[in-house]
Amino acid sequence: MQNNMLNHEGTETLTQAQKAGKSNLGAFVPSWFSRFLLWLAPLLFLLVFFFQPLARIITLVFSASAFTEINFQLILSTLSFTFYQAALSTILTFLLGIPSAILFSRFNFGGKSLLRALTAVPFMLPTVVVASCFNALLGNHGWLFFLFPLSPEFTTSKTFYFLLILLAHIFYNTTIVIRIVGNALLRLDPKLEQIARSLGADTFHVWKNVTLPLLRPALLAAALLVFMFDFTSFGVILLLGGSNFSTLEVEIYLRVLKLPNLPLAALLSIIQLIFTLIFSILYTRTINQVTTQTAPRFSTSRLPKTPKEKIFVATLGILLSAFFVLPLLSLPVRSFTRLEADRGQRGAVQYGFTTDYYQELFINRRDSLFYVPPIQAAANSLGYASLTVLFSLVLGYPAAYALAKPTRLEKFLDPLIMLPLGASAVMLGLGFIISFGRSLASPWFVPIAHTLVALPFVIRTLQPALASIPERLRQAASTLGASPFRVWQTVDFPILSRATLGAATFAFTVSLGEFGATLLLTRPEYPTIPIAIQRFLSQPGGLSYGQAMAMATLLMLLTTLAILIIEKLRLSNAGEF
Amino acid sequence: MKPTFYFLLFTLLLASCAPKPTPVPTPAGPQTLTVLTHDSFAIGKDTVKAFETANNAKVVFLQSGDAGAVLNKAVLTKDAPLADVLYGVDNTFLSRALDADIFEAYQSPVLKDISDEFKLDSSNRALPVDYGDVCLNYDKNYFTTKNLPVPQSFEDLAKPEYKGLLVMENPATSSPGLAFLLATHAHFEDGYLDYWKSLKANGVVVVDGWETAYYTNFSASTGKGPQPMVVSYASSPAAEVFFANPAPAESPTASIVSTDMCFRQIEFVGILKSTPNKALAQKFVDFMLSPQFQEDMPLNMFVYPANKNAKLPDVFMKFAQVAEKPAALSFAEIAKNRDAWIEAWTAAMK
Repeated sequence: MQNNMLNHEGTETLTQAQKAGKSNLGAFVPSWFSRFLLWLAPLLFLLVFFFQPLARIITLVFSASAFTEINFQLILSTLSFTFYQAALSTILTFLLGIPSAILFSRFNFGGKSLLRALTAVPFMLPTVVVASCFNALLGNHGWLFFLFPLSPEFTTSKTFYFLLILLAHIFYNTTIVIRIVGNALLRLDPKLEQIARSLGADTFHVWKNVTLPLLRPALLAAALLVFMFDFTSFGVILLLGGSNFSTLEVEIYLRVLKLPNLPLAALLSIIQLIFTLIFSILYTRTINQVTTQTAPRFSTSRLPKTPKEKIFVATLGILLSAFFVLPLLSLPVRSFTRLEADRGQRGAVQYGFTTDYYQELFINRRDSLFYVPPIQAAANSLGYASLTVLFSLVLGYPAAYALAKPTRLEKFLDPLIMLPLGASAVMLGLGFIISFGRSLASPWFVPIAHTLVALPFVIRTLQPALASIPERLRQAASTLGASPFRVWQTVDFPILSRATLGAATFAFTVSLGEFGATLLLTRPEYPTIPIAIQRFLSQPGGLSYGQAMAMATLLMLLTTLAILIIEKLRLSNAGEF
Repeated sequence: MKPTFYFLLFTLLLASCAPKPTPVPTPAGPQTLTVLTHDSFAIGKDTVKAFETANNAKVVFLQSGDAGAVLNKAVLTKDAPLADVLYGVDNTFLSRALDADIFEAYQSPVLKDISDEFKLDSSNRALPVDYGDVCLNYDKNYFTTKNLPVPQSFEDLAKPEYKGLLVMENPATSSPGLAFLLATHAHFEDGYLDYWKSLKANGVVVVDGWETAYYTNFSASTGKGPQPMVVSYASSPAAEVFFANPAPAESPTASIVSTDMCFRQIEFVGILKSTPNKALAQKFVDFMLSPQFQEDMPLNMFVYPANKNAKLPDVFMKFAQVAEKPAALSFAEIAKNRDAWIEAWTAAMK
């Protein structure tokens, strides 16, 4: 989910990369053969694991009974609900996001950077964790229900589930608005507003006639991105809403595993692919306008002065802290607290602090949901994540090398390489099921699917770094007698290590949290943490709910650790040269 | 440069904890038999132990969701089966399994003790294990304190006094849910969709599976949920007595067993095609049909044994109810129309 956001930076730097590449073209033009070698592995990989399944999906759409009356109605209602919830989520996200963007770009206050970092946290967390956070805070087994017993008719109603989904979407995406619109606000030339004011315009007219028109591309870009994420939202909707709400993504999943109709699932995923592609193209266009609009940067933020401003800063600051801290806190706390009886437990129940939910993770029961003690899921997840890092770096490096000095071939290949970004994870899973049914017993397909999701971003991270290496340095090294490997080791690698770390972190966290494709591909003997969470959440009773919370806490911890470790490595690394 | 190197080394190390494809079985140790089944499966530990010791085997029960979901998984993974044996396909979903051809035929010697009325698959790919009546259960206490009469027909359920009081399972994924849908079809025939629209308007709550419906939504079970009526089994009231401590004189719940309101469900076991453990799988199927296993089923899963020689426990005789006249719907008719009915139902309830 994060990839498109980060891709924004990718496109920014891409233009630099292309410029850099062009200037170097004369100095270093590789023969077609070395190009061929560079492209061999990544293209082969995409051909086998992406384009082949995609072709199968398309054939399935056209060969079988996908276009029937009842399917048509279903697609129509699914599509309209998907649009409806995405639009509503986007509007609500803006209601919180715009004031927050103003807060962060215009005012200084104690704890500002901490709060800003806090709003970005959900974005790095896997969807299953965010869903679990909201479940722990507001769900039927959560704190709110325990502390303020609402009428169960309400808390088991569709409206309530829908509310939870909307809140989780806001929680996830507010940071996008803060980032894109906030940065645009910072880049605005403050003189324009000052001039308008000195000409007698009041705050309203300054905003209407000066600020808003200048912000329009940023607002549009943020809206498109938030909309796209809500449009393709899967984990949050499935885990918080059950199968009550079918967005395109959820319906594809239902049509594969629950109410099997593969041609319909194929048709739905093609429709989804087309829409995400349209949104991505629109987004890329608008975000380019945002970046061309840069003005010299002034620090326009200051302490709140008037009582109105003070109230604004205080209220919003408290609201934001509560909105972002409470869900993140209620998950780990809930995982140590027993609030309800286990399934079928009819004797006396010991409420309060417990470590049962964690202890139970280490026990392999005979009547298990998996073959293994649930904690094995954590080991599997870490293993898969590392494989994903290795695969995506091995495949990403040569592609990024080629793309860093683009020829006509690369201009043609570039969008093809990025296409998997537009495919939904559930669709990747569906494609694998159709294409590799017989060999799906192998656990290798999960990291391969994760690599497909991570690869475009890994390439986009490495590519500008590779392009930025001055060719003169390489030439100087080799004239001084360095072997090609030594050149790579002393010139390329130090410059690349930061980008490599960034790419690796991304691949690692993507794999840790990946839910959609894994849900379709995973085998019960090799569960991952997100799958274990989903299985436990779908079971009734206090014990399995508690285990879901414990697993989600574990995943939250692992993701945070991964990010922190790499952040630290990156810093110590930066000090080295 | 060093940190990057360590980081990559670290990921390499971590990668070694990625799951290895197929663990090599040691010939000396017990052979593992995997039974794919639904979440409601339960059986006594001693019963399984007896089979394990007799056959030097280890039996793993893999619970993979509700009956429908389990079957779909088995069909999707047909070419790379998840298990050796699949237990829990019932007469509502059976034709899907037979059409997908996931089972291997097995002429078990124990079949002679099973009543012929349960043998729906003449080629014995799916063997009948148990049966039970899917009926509405209600929370006695709720209806007494509210002074509300217990509904006695499908038509009653659509009345405003029962608005929002019923929770049921999604027929697409859950076999009791599908059984309930089939019962309404048997009763209303082509008018069933109109009936469902009226139930929808009357606030029927649909959840994914029986476990959630019974243990989370139903007010008379441990979840203490909001709905006092649930689609469950005629034998569920006996379970409430059996598991309660101390055992009450009468069950807190009861079933509505009036004419047409119930559907008789038969559950089957089958050996999944291309299992490498065929001999052991056959032994396990024999074991499931034998009196030892069959007599242990009623108090674990609250179903009736299909084997004529199996004796029923007392608590079962006393508290489990039997449908007066279950809905009449032939297996052939279900097989032909099931998918279309589910689709139409799903569309009507959206």
